[in-house]
Amino acid sequence: MTGKPLLEVENLKVRFHLRTGTVEAVRGLSFTLGRERLGIVGESGSGKSQTGRAILGLTPPPGEVRADRLVFDGTDLLTAPRRTLRALRGGRMTMVMQDPKFSLNPVMTIGEQIVEAYRAHRKAGRAEARDKAFAMLEAVKMRNPARVFSLYPHEVSGGMGQRAMIAMMLVTDPDLLIADEPTSALDVTVQMEVLRILDELVGARGMGLIFISHDLKLVSSFCDRVLVMYAGRVVEEMSAGALARARHPYTQGLMRCLPTLAADVRPLPTLLRDPTWAG
Amino acid sequence: MATSQAVQGGDGRFDALLRLARAAGRFVAMVTVTLAGLLAVTFLIGRVVPIDPVLAVVGDRAPPHVYERVRQELGLDLPFLQQFLIYCRKALSGDFGTSVLTTNPVMTDIARVFPATVELSTVGVLIGILTGIPLGVLAAVKRGSVVDQFVRVLGLVGYSVPIFWLGLMGLLLFYARLDLVSGPGRLDITYDYLVTPVTGMILVDSIMQGQWEVFRNAFSHIILPAAMLGYFSLAYISRMTRSFMLSELAQEYVTTARVKGLSEARIIWRHALRNAAVPLVTVVALSYAHLLEGSVLTETVFAWPGLGQYITHSLQNADMNAVLGGTLIIGTVFVFLNLFSDLIYRLLDPRTR
Repeated sequence: MTGKPLLEVENLKVRFHLRTGTVEAVRGLSFTLGRERLGIVGESGSGKSQTGRAILGLTPPPGEVRADRLVFDGTDLLTAPRRTLRALRGGRMTMVMQDPKFSLNPVMTIGEQIVEAYRAHRKAGRAEARDKAFAMLEAVKMRNPARVFSLYPHEVSGGMGQRAMIAMMLVTDPDLLIADEPTSALDVTVQMEVLRILDELVGARGMGLIFISHDLKLVSSFCDRVLVMYAGRVVEEMSAGALARARHPYTQGLMRCLPTLAADVRPLPTLLRDPTWAG
Repeated sequence: MATSQAVQGGDGRFDALLRLARAAGRFVAMVTVTLAGLLAVTFLIGRVVPIDPVLAVVGDRAPPHVYERVRQELGLDLPFLQQFLIYCRKALSGDFGTSVLTTNPVMTDIARVFPATVELSTVGVLIGILTGIPLGVLAAVKRGSVVDQFVRVLGLVGYSVPIFWLGLMGLLLFYARLDLVSGPGRLDITYDYLVTPVTGMILVDSIMQGQWEVFRNAFSHIILPAAMLGYFSLAYISRMTRSFMLSELAQEYVTTARVKGLSEARIIWRHALRNAAVPLVTVVALSYAHLLEGSVLTETVFAWPGLGQYITHSLQNADMNAVLGGTLIIGTVFVFLNLFSDLIYRLLDPRTR
């Protein structure tokens, strides 16, 4: 789907005013997103997670968000009243976080939490919300949705928890999903399964997806477009297929650090960081 | 193993039942051990203190043969171990001997004074919970603000001001000057004996018997001492609530709740507080137990005929039977309160089930 972009970000800045000084987490990030899959990669502290949170208006205090333009489907996120933002959050844009062990409320059943997400945005009775939750649990390939519905988060595995999280975040049929390292806390064997489900659902619903990860290979195989971030800035933007032809030395460095089965590279090169890239 | 194989059809329910039975067994064992320890300690205290129980009965002018007879009647000539067994048997059947001071059986005395203490502490801890938890939550949510500072100072004062002084000031202001509440004691004399004691708690008894005027009078008597006790538990409860809430609000599931677009009120009260409530149970139980055993000063200032006052009086008059009986009762209450909070803990936190 083309036409009007879903999300427009222009010169986004996220700063934290701390006692020890001001930390600039994101320094002038710009991109537009349609109903497509955008990957954001970068090492720890490059500002990728803060970008996701800033879009949702969830920058923790004492953070400060500024941008020339931050518009979601016609709504200016910087000036919109809180009520509007809350309706957008959970209703039209949502986020899946890293570790279901921490991101699910431990004292509420999975079902309760999904029902709550649905009823926060749709006028629906308990029975209807319940049906919807069942359908959603089935959509994330739970073998026994009724059982999972009444389980507590500590009673399911990491992979199941993350699938439940995806179900909870997609139950309101949002237009934009931000996936913040959704598989980093999972076993390698489960990662692919979760990704497949995510891929399928995002594709079927024609949603926009921002996939935040430090795994360049994963992102390039999963997304249409990739932004490479370094020290709060985009150092390179390219289509996923063109990754091998990356021009920026940082991206090339990232690629070189990946071990391959075909060639035994020893020692693996370390990543070079040039302060001028941050400038 | 064979039995569990046989009932595999009942699967989950049987397992749950088995777990419950095991937990119940553990509880019973724990209670037994604790109570046995309690009995041993109180018995030893009775032997160790430099108070001659015979002298307390006969007085220091009694001739030697009277002294000797009373000594035998009290069983003090028997071997140590035998004395302990007799003590245990009697205590378990609720016989703590006779109070020298009141000449009643200690159990009868305690049945009279303990409900007064329970009544006072319960109203007190309810006040503490109903004010302490909301204040603590507010302080955590508005961390660093004026509200937070206010709650902190309020708690600090609650910790540091001696309760008898606060009680006296309260009486001076609300009773003597403003005449908003009734004075010391549980009831005005005119209302005495209007209510037949059933539970011994006047508030409860008067409601059960439809005596609304008595209820109103009893309430105006209890509210000031209960508010004093409530203030003390508020100090503890609000501080703990604040710190539990701060740690819960920093958890990732709170971010999830925000992502879901829930209202701030729902995030705070339904998500964060429901998690903070788990450790809070212990805090509340502790402060309740503290009020039950520690309201001596309040009871003295407000002439409240409760257990604390009873034990203090008995101690001052070397009435060891009464002291040990009271100590045993308080210890037992402690044990059961602990059990009860354990039970609620399990109800609130699915991870402990």
